[in-house]
Amino acid sequence: MSAATIVSLPDQSTARIPKMNFLTKENGLLSWLLTGDHKRIATLYLISITFFFFIGGALAGLIRLELLTPQTSLMAADTYNKVFTMHGVIMVFLFLVPSVPATIGNFMIPMMVGAKDLALPKVNLLSWYLYIIAGCMVIYTMAAGGVDTGWTFTTPLSTHYLNTHVISTGLAIFVAGFSSIFTGLNFIVTIHKMRCPGMTWFRLPLFVWANYAASILMVLGTPVLAITLVLVVLERTVHIGVFDPAYGGDPILFQHLFWFYSHPAVYIMILPGMGVISEVVSTFSRKRVFGYTAVAFSSVAIAVFGFFVWAHHMFIMGISNYAALVFSLLTMLVAVPSAIKIFNWAFTLYKGSITFETPMLYAFGFMGLFTIGGMTGVFLGSTGTDIHLTETYFIVAHFHFVMVGGMLMAFLSGIHFWWPKWTGRMYPEKISQFAAVVTFIGFNFTFFPQFILGTLGMPRRYAAYPPEFQALNVFSTAGATILGVGYLLPILYLTWSLKYGEVAGNNPWQATGLEWQTQSPPLTENFPEIPIMDHEAYDYEWLERQQEKEVASVG
Amino acid sequence: MSDSTAISNSAAADVGHSHHGEHPPYQRHHFETVEQQADTTNFAMWLFLLTEVMFFGGLFTAYMIMRNWYYPAFVEASHQLNIGWGSANTAVLILSSFTMAMGVWSAEMRKKGMLVLFLSLTFILGLAFLGIKSIEYHEKWVKHHVPGLHWSDASFLNPASDPEVHKDYPGDKPLQSDMAEKTQMYFFLYFAMTGMHALHMIIGISILGFMIVRARAGAYTTGHVNYVENFGLYWHFVDIIWIFLFPLLYLISRH
Amino acid sequence: MSELDQQVDHNEHEHHIVSPVVYLTIVLALLVGTGLTVWASYIDLGEWHIAPGLTLFWNPVVALAIACTKMTLVVLFFMHVKYSTRLTKLTVVCGLFTFLALVGMTMTDYFSRAWGRW
Repeated sequence: MSAATIVSLPDQSTARIPKMNFLTKENGLLSWLLTGDHKRIATLYLISITFFFFIGGALAGLIRLELLTPQTSLMAADTYNKVFTMHGVIMVFLFLVPSVPATIGNFMIPMMVGAKDLALPKVNLLSWYLYIIAGCMVIYTMAAGGVDTGWTFTTPLSTHYLNTHVISTGLAIFVAGFSSIFTGLNFIVTIHKMRCPGMTWFRLPLFVWANYAASILMVLGTPVLAITLVLVVLERTVHIGVFDPAYGGDPILFQHLFWFYSHPAVYIMILPGMGVISEVVSTFSRKRVFGYTAVAFSSVAIAVFGFFVWAHHMFIMGISNYAALVFSLLTMLVAVPSAIKIFNWAFTLYKGSITFETPMLYAFGFMGLFTIGGMTGVFLGSTGTDIHLTETYFIVAHFHFVMVGGMLMAFLSGIHFWWPKWTGRMYPEKISQFAAVVTFIGFNFTFFPQFILGTLGMPRRYAAYPPEFQALNVFSTAGATILGVGYLLPILYLTWSLKYGEVAGNNPWQATGLEWQTQSPPLTENFPEIPIMDHEAYDYEWLERQQEKEVASVG
Repeated sequence: MSDSTAISNSAAADVGHSHHGEHPPYQRHHFETVEQQADTTNFAMWLFLLTEVMFFGGLFTAYMIMRNWYYPAFVEASHQLNIGWGSANTAVLILSSFTMAMGVWSAEMRKKGMLVLFLSLTFILGLAFLGIKSIEYHEKWVKHHVPGLHWSDASFLNPASDPEVHKDYPGDKPLQSDMAEKTQMYFFLYFAMTGMHALHMIIGISILGFMIVRARAGAYTTGHVNYVENFGLYWHFVDIIWIFLFPLLYLISRH
Repeated sequence: MSELDQQVDHNEHEHHIVSPVVYLTIVLALLVGTGLTVWASYIDLGEWHIAPGLTLFWNPVVALAIACTKMTLVVLFFMHVKYSTRLTKLTVVCGLFTFLALVGMTMTDYFSRAWGRW
């Protein structure tokens, strides 16, 4: 690794954070709680999702600790069920779904398209309040004794056989769903209607395209989950419903409706992450993203295909063989746009001037781990191997590779990348590079052994397991400890940097997006005047000319 | 195009352009022009209706499968619904959609009196719909046809025990006990679907009440038709849902 | 011709006011449709045996066809989609498409369950 860096900071002895910015505009708690500013709402979201991430993470720690030994030594089996359920619910609905869109997307999309705000600021604030209500309901559920259905609420287990808090969790997810619908709706409208002069569709940064695709999924998929959960709640309360075979219902219908949302939901989670990677890879290779149009359309293609593959979660549940065949084939199709992205990022790197700042390290982590996660998805999309591997730790490893190795890496990459824009200060580079490497190592130690455990036949969702699986489980738990350190470090040094970080200036990365062409932290309405987009996205030559012009005029 | 006139909100837009920084009071700060704001909110409303389509979509899917599985139960259970009330309600809702559309027209033509009149008519027709619906719900309660809460399948095990319906549908044969049980499924879906629809009506009527007050104050007749128009979209959407619920629930097989 | 196109394009961005005559025609058509669908439900329209185990009943088909026609009228005229931008039209189509994907793809499972197992 060379010492080369693209970071260019202003002279620290004279540099100051701009006095007037969105953080200092107004003071007091109410100015935050009643704000319409997308950047403040993004900040509120960032704080809230970090809070829930650490709750979910602590539960993950408990799961790994329990699995250290083959017996149920730390907690009773039904407590374990509650712990992994709450881990899933919190991580999926309160962290992963809103992670990149509601924080980075909320902050950056209006700036990237050159708008003053999202199209519907009040709806944006409402979405955060809905998120908080959902979060409170989940915390209430945990305090009241938890729920143990798994995050999938499988019927008739959730409607007939359990006496835990299915109703409050179901309603919490219902509310969280509307929070995400409103975020998605806001993004689509903003991207269509709020672009600045000259900002054509094919000049949009790929981050915007990716969030646009994810938003389509949010708007069209989430309501189906909402009505499904309403039906589950009704079934529990009035004891009649369409899912319980005892009343003539069909549990597989629940699976269809649930996965109609929950499969696209994984694209809701991963697509914005892919958008982050496009930005980061381009910036730190100093090259336009290879095949811009292909990458843009592959996001939309993933969104469209996403609606036609859901039954691959149900191959062993008794759907017809013919349907399984169709869904299996369609599942293979999703591999195409995902591969387009991976290959295009690789080609972007080719002959680029690559530097290895923290966001780039996380992006490399993403590309490697997401590729493994995606490839193992092909195993699971094939009906034959799926029957062997499903409901084992192979599944757990697969979706953690995609969601944690992919999405969480992308989230951290994005947070580091836009941190200077968000706060006006740099994070400390050396320690954050260290944290990125620790995360990568810890991640592989944690989840790679689970692929092996899965192929050996260790089922998921059990507190105890045969003793011959212990060695690999110890590995996994040890890795989780390292991973935990990797996640704790950023929160410590990022908080530290709020006060002591170096002043970042407008554009420390020499990036081309519109968000970098204004002060950091930005003004309340983002730009002193509405920008005019007169160049293609990722046009680094334009940036150079721009800087020459500035030097000339100052000189 | 002969049957419609095209105008732009030029009066309002001119204000925005000629005196820089001076906007009509209803223009939000982050929009450049009134047209942009109108376009944006209209598109947002359409997207919201998409989510509503998918929300009801889950129910329609469930309905379709259950109807195919338990067709005899669905036929006999649907005979319990009063086709007169159902048709009347459909007509009421279609008329309310018409008055709503006329309300939008009055707002566009800046006729305040007409707007208040048509909004009030829509409000009244909406209430009439809910009134008829509650008569029907009450009937179901009296006849023990509320699954889970107040239920008996006597009418389906022995149709003759229900002379009112039996005289209209003498061909209805007694159902086997396992099929008779499935009539609960029909009534569950009936209540879930019409209930969800009624909930949308209640929300709509509440907003209408608010709008009537604002319309009397002249809020929508100064060129700012957006709010009325977008609410109209919602109201027509609720109408469309009923257009499908009516044949699916009431008219399964009447011959 | 090109002039005409331009005019149409131009008009897309303007606000259309649909005349009450159109609304009145539509509401009458909707009421007639309602009468028609009630009337049709009292007649046995028969069925079509497409293949063994696959039968199409005409009554629900007719009922849904009438409902779809009514929906189209409401969407085009009451909801002004006929006079709206292509984006609005695309949005409507997108909603219908996803709804049909939900129903249609779910049905692939239910219809083919009885086809026997391998």
